[in-house]
Amino acid sequence: MKTFKIGGIHPEENKLAKEEAIEVFPIPKQVTLFVTQHLGAPSTPIVQAGDKVKVGQLVATAQTLVCANLHSPVSGTVVKVEPVPDMTGYRKLAITIDVEDDIWEETIDTTSEIRKEITLTKPEIIERIKACGVVGLGGACFPTHVKYMIPPDKKVDYIIINGAECEPYITTDHRIMLENGEECLIGVQALLIASGAPEARIGIEANKPDAFEHLQRLASQYPNIKVFKLKTKYPQGAEKQLIKSLTGREVPNGKLPIEVGCIVNNITTTYAIYEAVQKNKPLIETYTTISGKRAKTLKNYKIRLGTSISEVLSTVGIPENTGKIVSGGPMMGKAIANINSYFVKGMSSLLFIDESESKRGVVEECIRCGKCVTACPMGLEPYLLYALATRADYEECEKHGIMNCIECGSCQYGCPAFRPLLDMIRVGKNKTGYMIRTRNK
Amino acid sequence: MTGNVIIDAAILLGIVGLTAAIILYFVSKVFKVIEDPRIDEIAAVLPGANCGGCGYPGCRTLAEAIVKAGSIEGIFCPVGGEKTAQKIADILGISAASAEPKIAVIRCNGSCENAPAKSFYDSTLSCAFAHSLFAGESACAYGCLGCGDCAAACKFNAIYIDKLTKLPVIVEEACVACGICVTTCPRNIIELRNRGKNGKRVYVTCRNQEKGAWAKKNCNVACIGCGKCAKACQFEAITLTNNLAYIDYTKCKLCKKCVSECPTQAITAVNFPAPKKEKIEVSTTSEE
Repeated sequence: MKTFKIGGIHPEENKLAKEEAIEVFPIPKQVTLFVTQHLGAPSTPIVQAGDKVKVGQLVATAQTLVCANLHSPVSGTVVKVEPVPDMTGYRKLAITIDVEDDIWEETIDTTSEIRKEITLTKPEIIERIKACGVVGLGGACFPTHVKYMIPPDKKVDYIIINGAECEPYITTDHRIMLENGEECLIGVQALLIASGAPEARIGIEANKPDAFEHLQRLASQYPNIKVFKLKTKYPQGAEKQLIKSLTGREVPNGKLPIEVGCIVNNITTTYAIYEAVQKNKPLIETYTTISGKRAKTLKNYKIRLGTSISEVLSTVGIPENTGKIVSGGPMMGKAIANINSYFVKGMSSLLFIDESESKRGVVEECIRCGKCVTACPMGLEPYLLYALATRADYEECEKHGIMNCIECGSCQYGCPAFRPLLDMIRVGKNKTGYMIRTRNK
Repeated sequence: MTGNVIIDAAILLGIVGLTAAIILYFVSKVFKVIEDPRIDEIAAVLPGANCGGCGYPGCRTLAEAIVKAGSIEGIFCPVGGEKTAQKIADILGISAASAEPKIAVIRCNGSCENAPAKSFYDSTLSCAFAHSLFAGESACAYGCLGCGDCAAACKFNAIYIDKLTKLPVIVEEACVACGICVTTCPRNIIELRNRGKNGKRVYVTCRNQEKGAWAKKNCNVACIGCGKCAKACQFEAITLTNNLAYIDYTKCKLCKKCVSECPTQAITAVNFPAPKKEKIEVSTTSEE
């Protein structure tokens, strides 16, 4: 069993919905698509109010490098293209479409038949991934094609596939591995062609033995795919930690995984890549776990993008005494400030957190126990970064490696004094990053 | 024997001390740093709070900058105000241009009553963090978050957060217009404006740049960008940009026409004799 050495914690797993098969959520009457569903610049809408669209039709294009295409997840008429409040309450440009029927673009293969043979060449695969608007579905939503624009002087040794799913509660990756494992592996094959790497390594946490065995059995037909069992430890699925666990290589500070010959993708992303490459199907759905200790129903939904969150909430019902509804995992996710918002790419969960559990403890003075230092998987000193960020001493923050923070929240999780370490580190990281960017100009 | 040791030591140390003194004397003569005596004089008249309100790291660096420039044009100590400027001018032997005394104003009136909370924030009390997380409890993306970054930044105890309204309040006597709150506020809500005659000021207490319908959705006293105030103003002091009115304090003659004209009460007039809404708010907090 492989793992990374420094830091890490083991929060309550609470994988309550792991037995629930993926269900398709009914197509809503109206969808609202934000043009900022990914990391990077917003995409540019190419439709206007009144336009008729089909499922899978391009509605917003990527104009810059780090950007992703956006496709209509439904067929119908565009109602408006104007800013709408998103989950945070800030208004973002969005395309609203009234749904009529379910007519797909003819170019998309809608059959459920598994197509094994990859006929596309290396540049074609990357182009297809880009055209289909595939982004990393592990949570960060980084446009996938950008990872495969490999600099000519770099060689890829390993494609690392993240099946760790180290966040508590979330079970979508688990279900995808069980239900669509074969397709995922074909997606991995496509990535191997796209990168020219000789080997792919899939890491799965030990708390998903069924998924591990299933994928290992499937992978036996591919000599270039190896499946490894990982220790159940948070943040096992973080990019740098996963590379360390699976290859023993360490990504230098401030560098990308390509520096050590690795590219990391999430397992659900590989499924999206399979659909893009083999079926020409753009990314128009998101897989979402509905869970919580007192949740009325536990679900793993496949939801069309742009579906209203409140509609899903009214279908599953909000349990009593819910303090917060968290999207994207209790460790790194955010509480939703505005439930009258819409599903976006990579929104992997809606978690109902009990009022008693959602409350923060009373903040007390730091007792110098060093728990945060032991927990930090990046080997940082969170208590110190917190103090420096609070004092707005960003030069010192930079010296103490604030930019290496992966914002996993391990430090704050174990703090006995309930100090809001990560909150201030995030502020500090933001300000330090700004300082560095403006300095180099 | 013991006597000898003491005498020897005294003589030896005496010689060492004397030699060192002679060396130090000559070194101090040869390497003397000639510093303008006016720097010390100016530093003495400056407040010495090292608040950074002037844009320099501390009072002494400001004094150095003033002496180096030879004038106080464009350099102003907001804390010391005009009196200090006059003293500095006297030291430099120049005449001081007069600057209107200023004060910080809070351009948001989204109190708990005016802008009811739609979500609840229980995280770190830091506006900078809250700003990066979400639009705010009232869902107004332009309004005050009420976490008190400005109050924490103020070195003169001139800002506190009102417990009832959850909005910052400027203590008029204490504010020296150093401007640190202006740069601290992540939403650019605080502005330095002229104190005005007898402290009378008229300003727009809103920063919302959304169109009227969206602005009004989250706050009863939001500027809806209707432009009525701009039409009513006879002195062309009010401009409308991005659905938001702004009163130019250099042109405003404090006639208060805009205040009565505003349909959403987004314009606030302070320190006017007649009973005001603002006054009532202030009195409730002082009772607290």
